[in-house]
Amino acid sequence: MFDASVVASKAARMRRDIVEMIAAAGSGHPGGSLSAADIVATLYFGGVLRHDPANPEWPERDRFVLSKGHAAPVLYAALAEAGYFGRDHLATLRKLGSILQGHPDSKKTPGVEVSTGSLGQGLSIAAGLAAGLRQNPDDDRAVFCLLGDGELQEGQVWEAAMFAAHHGLGNLVAIVDDNGLQIDGACSEVMCLGHIAAKFVAFGWKAAEVDGHDIPALHDALAAAKSHSEGPTVVVAHTIKGKGVSFMENEAGWHGKAPSADELATALAELALSEGGVR
Amino acid sequence: MSPKATREAFGETLVELAREGVDVVAVEADLSKSTTTAKFGDAYPERFFNVGIAEQNMIDVAAGLAVAGRVAFTGSFAVFATGRAYDQVRNTVCYSGLDVKLAPTHSGITVGPDGGSHQMIEDLALMRVLPGMRVLVPADFAAAKSALRAAAATPGPFYVRLGRSSFADVYDADFVFEVGRAYVLREGSDVTLAACGIMVAEALKAADILAEANVSAEVIDVASVKPLDVDTLVASVAKTGRIVTCEEHSVLGGMGSAVSEVLSEACPVPTRRIGVADVFGTSGEPAELMEHFGLTARHIVEAATELVR
Repeated sequence: MFDASVVASKAARMRRDIVEMIAAAGSGHPGGSLSAADIVATLYFGGVLRHDPANPEWPERDRFVLSKGHAAPVLYAALAEAGYFGRDHLATLRKLGSILQGHPDSKKTPGVEVSTGSLGQGLSIAAGLAAGLRQNPDDDRAVFCLLGDGELQEGQVWEAAMFAAHHGLGNLVAIVDDNGLQIDGACSEVMCLGHIAAKFVAFGWKAAEVDGHDIPALHDALAAAKSHSEGPTVVVAHTIKGKGVSFMENEAGWHGKAPSADELATALAELALSEGGVR
Repeated sequence: MSPKATREAFGETLVELAREGVDVVAVEADLSKSTTTAKFGDAYPERFFNVGIAEQNMIDVAAGLAVAGRVAFTGSFAVFATGRAYDQVRNTVCYSGLDVKLAPTHSGITVGPDGGSHQMIEDLALMRVLPGMRVLVPADFAAAKSALRAAAATPGPFYVRLGRSSFADVYDADFVFEVGRAYVLREGSDVTLAACGIMVAEALKAADILAEANVSAEVIDVASVKPLDVDTLVASVAKTGRIVTCEEHSVLGGMGSAVSEVLSEACPVPTRRIGVADVFGTSGEPAELMEHFGLTARHIVEAATELVR
């Protein structure tokens, strides 16, 4: 079921796809896509998220909501890798007529559960989904929602946090891609979030913290969060924005900028080396 | 006995739909007694979600319930459900094309004493520009029940505009409303009175008064502001040659604007728009405010008389 080396190779390929598709598009958000690659790979290829690429509408599937919708490339890379659509679509990202919009569009892309992009809304949607799916006590379908740390500045996130705890939504798992950066700089300088896990705990959630690039640790944390049924759980994943591409790592400037042809070549070379050349 | 307000149809209709086997759920933001969704919550507590005072969460929780396959209605007042949560309605509900049915109450100036902060007169403008959104403004209690049923039965986002106060019934209890259809309630040849919501009753009164002055007014209920029944409107003004639109909404962007947009292209005729001028509301009793803002049968008669002169 879970094989860390398989997930790692999937994440490596996803990272290469991310920088390639953003370079081809000429715009997009590499930093927050690369920081989330190990999280999304663990969900889709680590046996955490129950899904069937051949049947995107399978009623028994778990649901994934990408609240940080600007990280669409990481989701598209995972969906293509899983086989929801052909890899040839990746080169059409952000182009007229593409099924791969700049931000996730559930009406256009197989495997995208709901459209996102305006920050702060995904956890509310995921909570509604969790409440709507839980019609009988035996229902074990889970809802995963990936948020950015900067996104937590949106007040609606905490409206949703209250709601999920109040209703004891044990089938809801929030994951925070805590990369520490937002467009204007460090989150701690733009608008300090304080202790994220403690905030969720104060709202009545169970919280876990994990290295967001340690795939076995991520797997264990997400699996534990999924099996916790007494209420909602958050996994705060400490990550590096731009992870895997040295010149993008921890640079707020790479939040929403496409690499040039030279930068792409350097990035792909680095990714090939750092991930053991998996392709 | 004063007629029931359109908001009183809300909870009652949800209960009926649930009894009939429709998978309806409702999300409310601490106004369940005022909106009457409490009736539904009492009958079906497992299908009722009160999010507290958190309208943005209300809309997106409803969106999530819709993604889970449920038919999700939302409550609250028109000013909060549309204004405070506009991004949620636009970017999640409409952009994803979800089965979320907004049916906020306390629209328009007939909210009364709460004043301008709570009198939503821009909601039709905000809602009708959203791709995929259907906008219904029922004239009375019976029409509201039928409009809510239509919204539940038709896939996709809906805005059903409900009010706190009502002055007269227009329809029989068994009225069945069709989305996208305008209803000619009275035929006439000199002027078309196109109205929605509580202004339909005022337009019918105005037609009576005009008849005494030998002016034959055709009265149309344009409850379906979007989609608009262009054929019925064009056929009417082709016959009468003039139109007065009547709505409890700003004259900017609402039903009168929608009608003017299509007629200016399809069949331009002299037009007067009755509605709240470009100002906020103010405290007062509903009937006083109707007079204050120029929304009575008398004001419609004046506008129509000016046009036929």
